[in-house]
Amino acid sequence: MDLAGIYRAEYGRCVATLARILGDINLAEEAVQDAFTTALQKWQTPPPNPGAWIVTTARNRAVDRLRRESTREARHAQALLLHHQDEPREVGPVKDDQLRLIFTCCHPALAPDARTALTLRLLGGLDVSEIARAYLVQEATVAQRIVRAKKKIRDATIPYRVPAEHELPDRLPPVLTVLYLMFNEGYASTAGPLIRTDLCTEAIRLARELATLMPDEPEVLGLLALLLLTEARRPARLDPTGELVLLADQDRSLWNRALIAEGHDLVRRCLRRNRPGAYQIQAAISAVHTDGAATDWPQVLALYDQLLVLTPTPVVALNRAVAVAEVHGPAVALASLEGVDLPGYHRLPATRAELLARLGRDDEARAAYDQAVALATNETERAYLQNRRTALTHP
Amino acid sequence: MKQYLLSVHLVEGAPAPSDEEMQTMFAETGRINDEMQASGAWVFGGGLLSPDSATVVRIENGATTMSDGPFVETKEHMAGFWVIRCADLDQALAWAEKCAAACGPVEVRPFDDLSQA
Repeated sequence: MDLAGIYRAEYGRCVATLARILGDINLAEEAVQDAFTTALQKWQTPPPNPGAWIVTTARNRAVDRLRRESTREARHAQALLLHHQDEPREVGPVKDDQLRLIFTCCHPALAPDARTALTLRLLGGLDVSEIARAYLVQEATVAQRIVRAKKKIRDATIPYRVPAEHELPDRLPPVLTVLYLMFNEGYASTAGPLIRTDLCTEAIRLARELATLMPDEPEVLGLLALLLLTEARRPARLDPTGELVLLADQDRSLWNRALIAEGHDLVRRCLRRNRPGAYQIQAAISAVHTDGAATDWPQVLALYDQLLVLTPTPVVALNRAVAVAEVHGPAVALASLEGVDLPGYHRLPATRAELLARLGRDDEARAAYDQAVALATNETERAYLQNRRTALTHP
Repeated sequence: MKQYLLSVHLVEGAPAPSDEEMQTMFAETGRINDEMQASGAWVFGGGLLSPDSATVVRIENGATTMSDGPFVETKEHMAGFWVIRCADLDQALAWAEKCAAACGPVEVRPFDDLSQA
């Protein structure tokens, strides 16, 4: 593996371990960056265990640095280092450290925007400019979010630990949300190119790590399965001219069979545990979509019914309507959307437009498409909706 | 050990709690106080009278002036608080959850370590 690959794979793990050893996230980041700079100069070929090399080097560099400094933080960190002196020195990244860091980055006391930025920065090793580009916000904004979040972690003493079993119901969802939103942002971007692969890759990598670290949490497996099964369909999502292709019209031979197999396997593992949750059900829906030659819609609808009971949100009602249309027809689906309100979200009028078009109510469909186009922020999606509107046959 | 301020806030004009609700709130608060004291988290706490009972003291150009009323006229004001001592924010948040169940929204704010006696 080249240095860039090692950096991607090891950065977060090393920061996590150093944060425990040094008791300070900023010092940990600096030390790990120092160590990677040293690696760049020293490595002819990477050592057999690059993570352990980075951790050891970072730790030594941090000790040197702390000896030269005499701030309060430095003294505190030095004390911690002494405290850790009796531990074996040649240690690589520790798995629990990563969990600690994920839960700290996604602590509910931090602002949601800051959680994602901090996770990408500390666990993904993305720099501020990469995060800013991925989210199409100013670098200064991202930098400020990260600085504020780190300051709050320190000032308010947000603990650096894995939550206890009884705390997980409160603490795990924000972690899963961060990974889910990170993937979504990459997959269906709010603006710019429709697919920003980096964010998807990073979200899947972190979800995989989380699934390895918490193999007994079915929602973690469910989220990973959902991401993999969505990612698997990416190659068929746009046609050669860059137009959006609906699931039913996608060329299934383009789907990634390996990811689908892995996703299906995870869904089966979740089913065996029989502790259903929102991510698991969404993964199961994706599994039905990617099973066989065509979607088994009655089964999809049954899963959406289950999801709606668990999370009765307008977005679930909207997605369910698509399945209702396939099973009971567009009229029933349209009726199921009565009273569903999602201000500012283009997919509600877009879905209504499709259903109206199928009922031959073209005038109403046109108006709904217009609404959807006005609300959609992504160019690819706007173009798709315009085309659908133009394709309406009745005058 | 860190110290945190857990403050309870009232919004002016919000419907006043009934006598029965007040009794429940007092009973619950008393129970939380006992629990904090037993666990060693308790530093201090209490309810405050309304802001119109406040006086602001200022030194301006060497002269002391006093004015009637709160420092800032706002619709929201602090109605009571706890100061607790615990290891980290998670422990403070766990106490805040209990307090919020009894008294409504609670703001958790860390003390500056340098100012702690």
